[in-house]
Amino acid sequence: MNIVRDVLKPIGKGLKITMRHFLEPKDTVSYPEQRKEQFARTRWKHVLLRYENGLERCIGCSLCAGACPVRCIYVEAADNTDTERYSPGERYAKRYEINLLRCIYCGYCQDACPTGAIVLREDYELADYTRESFIATKEMLLEPLPVRDEVAEGVK
Amino acid sequence: MDTRVQEIVLRDSSTPAIPNLEMGGNVLVTRLDEIVNWARRNSIFPLTFGLACCAIEMMSSAASRFDLARFGMEVFRASPRQADLMIVAGRVSKKMAPVLRQIYDQMPSPKWVVSMGACASCGGIFNNYAIVQGVDQIVPVDVYVPGCPPSPDALIYALIKLQQKIRTQRLGMLLELTPRTETPALETSDGTRAIEASDASK
Repeated sequence: MNIVRDVLKPIGKGLKITMRHFLEPKDTVSYPEQRKEQFARTRWKHVLLRYENGLERCIGCSLCAGACPVRCIYVEAADNTDTERYSPGERYAKRYEINLLRCIYCGYCQDACPTGAIVLREDYELADYTRESFIATKEMLLEPLPVRDEVAEGVK
Repeated sequence: MDTRVQEIVLRDSSTPAIPNLEMGGNVLVTRLDEIVNWARRNSIFPLTFGLACCAIEMMSSAASRFDLARFGMEVFRASPRQADLMIVAGRVSKKMAPVLRQIYDQMPSPKWVVSMGACASCGGIFNNYAIVQGVDQIVPVDVYVPGCPPSPDALIYALIKLQQKIRTQRLGMLLELTPRTETPALETSDGTRAIEASDASK
């Protein structure tokens, strides 16, 4: 048995591969500090959008609930009045609840929505300790009111 | 189903008991708590419990791109005797349920359960006679992860939440091995359920 040919050379050959991979750029995303860039059409937590004037887009038609393959959306509609107006249409969603645990984030609700009110965005950090905390109500889903730039509008 | 969950939560040996706060507060044990919890949360060995497509994402989160080794969780154990954490990844059929429970019982305490994905957490799209509608009907679940399937970073977020939960756990509560004799009121006067009350006290 030749020590150099049978032992040292194969070890050197193996370590060469190890060193090559050691020097390659690392592809680990160190997640909590550094986030992976989400794809453009990633579907995660739902957001209920508003129009630019602050009115809700949702008209409470329940088409999203009908399109949902797991039936995780619950919509209860009510009529808009002149004193209490939530959406430009006749009706608005009085209650809008999604069971985020049951939801499979397929985006069918987004496709079914006639006004583009519900969209699935890239917020994937949804894990929690209790089942109850996964019922997302309308307040949790709705986009915050647009902040008016009072300086630009000249309001004093 | 709610009653079932309550029964398990009350009788399971690994469920933390509500401590007697007036008797507690030992300074030495408090410091020991922190050291033990630090060791526990940084060396969680998960059990390979892939049941469906979520397992692919679970494997992916252990691979180099997401690298669970950064949290000390890379050692997926095939034996429940060596595992601390059961990641139930995928749908649990009614036939699998007793197996899952037995494997959970074979894990040494302290043990934790992460219910990964919509199917394991609540049945997901399989709302039918064959699938258990939520693995929390069989075992006490610590963290639920929604998604179908959850991406590796969503799972890692859940595991970080689990680490945060372990950080707050107390030593005396984890070492309780016998079932509690006194039964907490299942339904209090204001109508809140016992499971919510015990969750709030953790």
